[in-house]
Amino acid sequence: MSENQPLYAPQVPIFPRRVTGYFRTLKWWIMAVTLGIYYITPWVRWDRGPALPDQAVLVDLAGRRFYFLWIEIWPHEFYFVAGLLIMAGLGLFLFTSALGRVWCGYACPQTVWTDLFILVERWIEGDRNKRVRLWNADWTLHKWRLRLTKWIVWLLISIATGGAWVFYFTDAPTLLRDLISFDAHAAAYGTIAALTATTFIFGGFMREQVCIYMCPWPRIQGAMMDDDTLTVGYREWRGEPRAKKRLEDTGDCIDCMACVNVCPMGIDIRDGQQMECITCALCIDACDDIMDKIGKPRGLIDYLALSDEPQERAGQAPKPVLKHILRPRTILYTALWSLIGFGLVFALFIRAEIDLTVAAVRNPTFITLSDGSIRNTYILRLRNKHGEPREFRLSLSSDEILRIDVEGAQTHIVTVAPDSSTQQRVYVTARPQDAAAQQDHTDLRFWVEDVISGERAFRDSSFDGKDTK
Amino acid sequence: MTKHETDEETGIDTTGHEWDGIKELNNPLPRWWLWCLYLTIIWGVGYMIAYPAWPMISGATKGVLGYSTRGEVAAEIDRFEAQNADLRASLTEIDLGVLKDNPDLQRFAYANGAAVFRTNCSQCHGSGAAGALGYPNLLDDDWLWGGAIQDIALSIDHGIRNETDADAHWSQMPAYGEVLSSDEIDNAVQYVMQLAGSDFDVEMANAGAVIFDEQCSACHGADGKGDRDVGAPNLTDAIWLYGSDIAAVTETVTNARFGVMPAWGQRLTRSDINAVAAYVHGLGGGE
Repeated sequence: MSENQPLYAPQVPIFPRRVTGYFRTLKWWIMAVTLGIYYITPWVRWDRGPALPDQAVLVDLAGRRFYFLWIEIWPHEFYFVAGLLIMAGLGLFLFTSALGRVWCGYACPQTVWTDLFILVERWIEGDRNKRVRLWNADWTLHKWRLRLTKWIVWLLISIATGGAWVFYFTDAPTLLRDLISFDAHAAAYGTIAALTATTFIFGGFMREQVCIYMCPWPRIQGAMMDDDTLTVGYREWRGEPRAKKRLEDTGDCIDCMACVNVCPMGIDIRDGQQMECITCALCIDACDDIMDKIGKPRGLIDYLALSDEPQERAGQAPKPVLKHILRPRTILYTALWSLIGFGLVFALFIRAEIDLTVAAVRNPTFITLSDGSIRNTYILRLRNKHGEPREFRLSLSSDEILRIDVEGAQTHIVTVAPDSSTQQRVYVTARPQDAAAQQDHTDLRFWVEDVISGERAFRDSSFDGKDTK
Repeated sequence: MTKHETDEETGIDTTGHEWDGIKELNNPLPRWWLWCLYLTIIWGVGYMIAYPAWPMISGATKGVLGYSTRGEVAAEIDRFEAQNADLRASLTEIDLGVLKDNPDLQRFAYANGAAVFRTNCSQCHGSGAAGALGYPNLLDDDWLWGGAIQDIALSIDHGIRNETDADAHWSQMPAYGEVLSSDEIDNAVQYVMQLAGSDFDVEMANAGAVIFDEQCSACHGADGKGDRDVGAPNLTDAIWLYGSDIAAVTETVTNARFGVMPAWGQRLTRSDINAVAAYVHGLGGGE
């Protein structure tokens, strides 16, 4: 019982110790690959012809275009992006139900950058013990020197991080030149400043606080995990009772605190599953190292499934990993994920390079011309996704006799600029004696044909005659 | 007096608050969270000083930055006007006959003209420019005073039968009720029905033909095809500004019509007139 417990808790500093092992190596590789992808991608070139940008991955917000290698997405095709986001969500569900918070532990930017920042910290200030001493030391010149060096390196990484982000949104080499000569748009500097600040603060100082207090994912993940989910755990039945001194009835845990000292979240995995655990698996490496040294089998801390506990307590072998992973939930997530993936790939292959939409002008529905003909007006939006200008030939087909005219032109050919769309007003006319002029409405189909390639597209609409209700 | 105790189940202290036996565990918030709260409060106070905030009896406090959403819109409009200044200057000076050779300027004229039309013209001609009884349909191919883009611009500039502008198109059909007998008028109307290709009485129309030749052909032409110099409509086509049935035509002949349009040159800039002329010309009926 404490009378004066504060309502607000100070942040407890964490000094993760260096560790080596299988999972640490895996995490170094993942860090190298993910950071490499992030920093290098905007600089990859991809030739699309003279009228289009040559950046492999480009989100052109001003031009309303998204370029990804050979794929170009227009605003009306945003469902591709929506589909990818749904796939990302389902993928997260799948991995969480199979392997727990594997996203948090290995791939989340917060984890990756924090890992990088801790690496820098260790280079400059030394390993755990040195850092604890430095933390407690007075602010001498030595401490200032180490701290400032660390902060400057962090800041450089942060600027590179914020800087890389803006390169995805405009031509990277041009923007870099503009940034250096102070000619870039204020939005670019503002974005870099904001992302530099968040990287610096989140990676350097907030660290585990982001995961525990700011991120919603730790609170949601419980819904995707069950007894078969493989997650980082402590074989309590093997380790307990823990004791530093080896006696006959003590467990394998020698209470060396290696698992606690390496934990970037500052928790003790032996307390069981907890919200703070991001399953980075560094405690597994730390404990395996100790088990090797004291001649005990590895795996006191390990990827475990809760459902295996009874068998393991009874000294039997756990279920094979594959049996844990293959279960209705994961199969369903995989099926949904693949379904959307196949759908998107299919949609990608069937989409046309030329396209049109038709808006019938219904104010008024029709007009009478001086010779008694009936005319309807339509606004066609013609899209040319090619990297060069194309000539579109407009025509229509219908069961009745109808004529098509293009506003301001004698021919039926409209030129559309490269990678753009144009609106064209067209008129459809029925002679007074023909059925279409008299009846309520007549179905018709507009066609566009690329004069060069012969590629065609159509849209259905209808023609309103005099008898329009 | 609050009483702190330790919860047995979790080992966490309670806050000492108790409601009907329900106690609250004290899981402290991180301190930086509290700092963030204070920061937002400071931010909020600064925001209230910098921006319009407190409602007063007439309007709100202005804020030291002098920001307003209306000011922002005005600045944006100024920016676009400045951006379009060159286009507007070209549109003021251009010979409308060659507008179609300048696609960029034509696109600007269409967009600008559509806005001018909706603001100034749609009240009579309709938002779709289809007109109404007595107000010409601008979408069709029949023009009282000419459908070339320069003719349209002229009509807009000076108006129709408008006494405030000496250059306005002017003509006046006589009210034949004061000149002809009602039988003569009926006969003339039957002849107009014949010209228009509608059902008609042969005997009356033959008699009407003589009257038409004497009274009407001066303006509407011997063949009834009208005369754009005096805004006399073509009586042989399918387009009737005041209705094509016998009653409507009889009314027109008896009491005449007098459609008026304002001289927009007195209200709009030259560039707006050219823009709206281009827009109307591009609606499908332009010649």
